[in-house]
Amino acid sequence: MHNSEIISNGLRFILLALLQVLLLNHINFLGYINPYLYILFILLFPLGGNKSLLIFLSFLLGLSIDLFSDSGGIHAAASVFIAYIRPLILKFSFGVSYEYNMVKVNKAPLAERISYISFMVFLHHLILFSLEIFSFSHTSLLFKSILFSSIFSILLIFCTLLLFSRKS
Amino acid sequence: MQQIIFFFLRNKNFLLFSILFLTAISLTINSHSFHNTRFMSSANFLSGRIYTAKSNVTSYFGLKKDNQILHDENMLLLKELEHYKTLSIIEKKDSCMLPVKYEFIAARVINNTYSKSKNLLTINKGSNDGLRIDMGVITSNGVVGIVNTVSKKYATVQSILNTNSQINARLKNSNHFGSLTWNAKTPNVVQLIDINRLAPVKVGDTIITDGKSTIFPEGIFIGTIKAYEMGENDSYHLDIQLFNDMTSVKHVYVIENADAEEIQLLEKEGEDAQ
Repeated sequence: MHNSEIISNGLRFILLALLQVLLLNHINFLGYINPYLYILFILLFPLGGNKSLLIFLSFLLGLSIDLFSDSGGIHAAASVFIAYIRPLILKFSFGVSYEYNMVKVNKAPLAERISYISFMVFLHHLILFSLEIFSFSHTSLLFKSILFSSIFSILLIFCTLLLFSRKS
Repeated sequence: MQQIIFFFLRNKNFLLFSILFLTAISLTINSHSFHNTRFMSSANFLSGRIYTAKSNVTSYFGLKKDNQILHDENMLLLKELEHYKTLSIIEKKDSCMLPVKYEFIAARVINNTYSKSKNLLTINKGSNDGLRIDMGVITSNGVVGIVNTVSKKYATVQSILNTNSQINARLKNSNHFGSLTWNAKTPNVVQLIDINRLAPVKVGDTIITDGKSTIFPEGIFIGTIKAYEMGENDSYHLDIQLFNDMTSVKHVYVIENADAEEIQLLEKEGEDAQ
């Protein structure tokens, strides 16, 4: 990784964690729907970067969110999982071009971008809410939380990407 | 030997992933059991600091409403004081004062959740101020929760809106009691279960705390009955609308029961003797 990449990823880590715990965790739209924007860090981590490093950093990021929201290790578990499974989803969404390191998340075709982001967000939320609710007696609540929070997160992630995308 | 090393190198991502994932899962399981989250809670040094800074800013937004609440509470207390004044003129029992059983410690909520299934609040008082695990937390409107973890300067409170929460409560009109739980569906509506089927239950009746536990004194308000139905085991299952708006608690009181240790010790001896 270049120096500029280290700095921009470090900044992104801190900013996303703070934004998540201070603002986004308190939105509670319709009582229980919160967006989880912090996984943008995992989504945007350089595609050719060190995979072990990404797994470790995702754990740290998830753990810091957990520390602030008193949730044990649910964010850490969900983040580590999607960090580990990311190469698979990248290959699935972007196909061959990923294997030649040609992909830029911001410049990929819309359909590929949507499938990449939606799969990652959905898997993350699936693990997050299953661990949080942790019982079979609240299944309907579980599915509702996963569905609505996923939609909210995906929308917010797209808005953020649009907002911060550099014009070339 | 070389093969083992190669194996580790080849699978290092998977190994790292499994170690970290299992750590996270064990942390989660730990946090699901009561009183085990001492280090991994928002009552720690760093998050306590950041939440205090945030609360210092956001507390300005609700000043008008807070003042109104404090004003109402003062009115209520003044009325009660007046009541006691007239009482003490009529009957003066003893010149020496008995030691008070309950002490109150005022605290400010610096972080509050109500949308998860296991909600916790963080308050800005800790063991330095005399807080201990298992103390009750109330506002002037009613019950908020029970102290869950304590650090030096901060504490977390297991909210009444927590699926692990179990608080003793009873009907105000009769002495039928049950335990207060939450089904994680709506904030501000909790469930009172195991009320005997002989109890006279009406919509709108008041629910108060039962003095049987050492956590809350008797007669702290909780809420009113919103709906009821006959549950399993021939007992009522009540929906309770809380008096407190749990989505905007800011100033709370922690209750210290001077006799708590003595009672708990006695009960423990009783159990051991059996």
